[in-house]
Amino acid sequence: MQTFDLAQRGLRELNQTLHALQGTTNQTVWEIVNTKGSHAIAAGVDAPLDITVRGTTGYYCAGMNKQATIRITGSAGPGVAENIMSGAVIVEGDASQYAGATGRGGLLVIKGNASSRCGISMKGIDIVVHGNIGHMSAFMGQSGNLVVLGDAGDALGDSLYEARLFVRGKVKSLGADCIEKEMRPEHLEALEDLLRRGEADAKAKPEQFRRYGSARKLYNFNIDNASAY
Amino acid sequence: MSDFPHTPPRFSATFTPAVNAEIRRAAASRTYDIRGAGTKRHLPHFDDLLFLGASISRYPLEGYREKCTTDVWLGTRFAKKPIHLDIPITIAGMSFGALSGPAKEALGRGASAAGTSTTTGDGGMTEEERGHSRTLVYQYLPSRYGMNPDDLRRADAIEVVVGQGAKPGGGGMLLGQKISDRVAKMRNLPKGIDQRSACRHPDWTGPDDLEIKILELREITDWEKPIYVKVGGARPYYDTALAVKAGADVVVLDGMQGGTAATQDVFIEHVGMPILACIPLAVKALQDLGMHRKVQLIVSGGIRTGADVAKAMAMGADAVAIGTAALIALGDNDPALEAEYQKLGTTAGAYDDWHEGKDPAGITTQDPELFKRFDPILGGRRLKNYLKVMTLEAQTIARACGKNSLHNLEPEDLCALTVEAAAMSGVPIAGTNWIPGRGGF
Repeated sequence: MQTFDLAQRGLRELNQTLHALQGTTNQTVWEIVNTKGSHAIAAGVDAPLDITVRGTTGYYCAGMNKQATIRITGSAGPGVAENIMSGAVIVEGDASQYAGATGRGGLLVIKGNASSRCGISMKGIDIVVHGNIGHMSAFMGQSGNLVVLGDAGDALGDSLYEARLFVRGKVKSLGADCIEKEMRPEHLEALEDLLRRGEADAKAKPEQFRRYGSARKLYNFNIDNASAY
Repeated sequence: MSDFPHTPPRFSATFTPAVNAEIRRAAASRTYDIRGAGTKRHLPHFDDLLFLGASISRYPLEGYREKCTTDVWLGTRFAKKPIHLDIPITIAGMSFGALSGPAKEALGRGASAAGTSTTTGDGGMTEEERGHSRTLVYQYLPSRYGMNPDDLRRADAIEVVVGQGAKPGGGGMLLGQKISDRVAKMRNLPKGIDQRSACRHPDWTGPDDLEIKILELREITDWEKPIYVKVGGARPYYDTALAVKAGADVVVLDGMQGGTAATQDVFIEHVGMPILACIPLAVKALQDLGMHRKVQLIVSGGIRTGADVAKAMAMGADAVAIGTAALIALGDNDPALEAEYQKLGTTAGAYDDWHEGKDPAGITTQDPELFKRFDPILGGRRLKNYLKVMTLEAQTIARACGKNSLHNLEPEDLCALTVEAAAMSGVPIAGTNWIPGRGGF
């Protein structure tokens, strides 16, 4: 395992080192220590690496990740795994705002709670949150899945496109054009897979969740919908 | 009937026939007016400024004999690989989706042949434009449609779009008629929806966050790419200062004359400031921070001629960008298509329903029958010619002012024709040393 001391060697050297690793490298297991809330840790990685970030991170850790599995042992600052393309990011603690924003693929697991706007503008990412999520989560979500084992805050799924939302606990309120939908067998099957990949407790069963999605009433202009915005 | 003369019919200056027609349209139609292009109202503009030219106190340079340089470096502050352009006239961001694939290709061809850059838009980067653009600026927009690290790395610069002149505070818009299969796939949206992009970035708010966002983009691209920040002309002094503080290499400032593919007419006509009023405030912000010419300023919004280029640069810009003018050069609103414009209920020169996707010139459409009318090779050639002509025009003026570089033009080369233009541009009214709003006269 390669150990990188961020406090000693700095952010630029870290990311330059990780970017230089191609698919054929045998240096595939990394540990980053002394993170001290730094921003943009392991941003833009594009190799099948297994990276453990020991401690707490600032903004945009694992931003635009491709292929790598990045595990954060502490909590993550705003925009963790923003625009992730593939691979996986696992946060052992809590996540701040915009977790998984605009993510286009891959998996984001948050074992604690996620703050507001979790999965905002999501475009294909799968997000599994073991705790609760804050307000305006999945705002304008285009595709992908957001699974919440706890509760959801206000305005869940506001102005939603085709992202699928699964919540086990209470939903404080639904956003504009977001409605509860029938949980069909294919959704239960997909959810089972998401819970497994999301390292959820075995007690969490797909049947305990409710599904939410777009009513598709705001897809085209209609002045009678003005009060919905 | 009285034999006295009658008062002739008198129209209201407030309720004009055009205003009344819009009221009737709104009452009948169930929606507000959406259209493309920029503001159509009369505004103080570059036409209200003149160059003084050389005389006894300053001597001119020989046209076509003495050199007048036009090249510009962009992104010299932090980027490892700043951009070098032969001419200071760039092509503004316009999306694939708003424009057809062949039109994007033509912009790349024309810009490359003239030695300048072109820019992506809200729809992501297409192979056509990357392949045909020697220098391509990749826009980083609130919608993040198609955003990915590979395109970030194969771009030559990154433009973080905060706003645009046609609609400062508004997001992109593309109506269902233009959400074709290809556009829908690139944007990961259902086909045929009325797409309204977000107006704010999803993962940052405010200048402190922007600084961290720029850091992330630099880290992802290993600090190679110049990072631009584009703002609409609203509060240019503060926006410029905050963009510099956040770490921008280049500030792009778009006045309200700047065009758009589609938005509400009420937005286009009533939000934002003319570019003439924006430039001096942005330049002052750069000067106050000691960053003028270190962070480059690109201005846009109503640039049409080499005279406009020269005036913008004399006011302190490092380069300009054109959008609407580039489309006209490609063939948009050409009177040769008048019969077809008539069928659409409009006329050449006034056609602005770009959102409907019925453009007979094949430029602002996703209809294959229409866009195959457009020849990207010919279009690119026309754009190259236009860019070269504008450059020659700007050089002609600069030499007449005694300048051996377009970048040596200065406010002292200008005078204003109107009180409004003088106040906005900070240039004295012709024949005086009076700048309205400034003391000392």
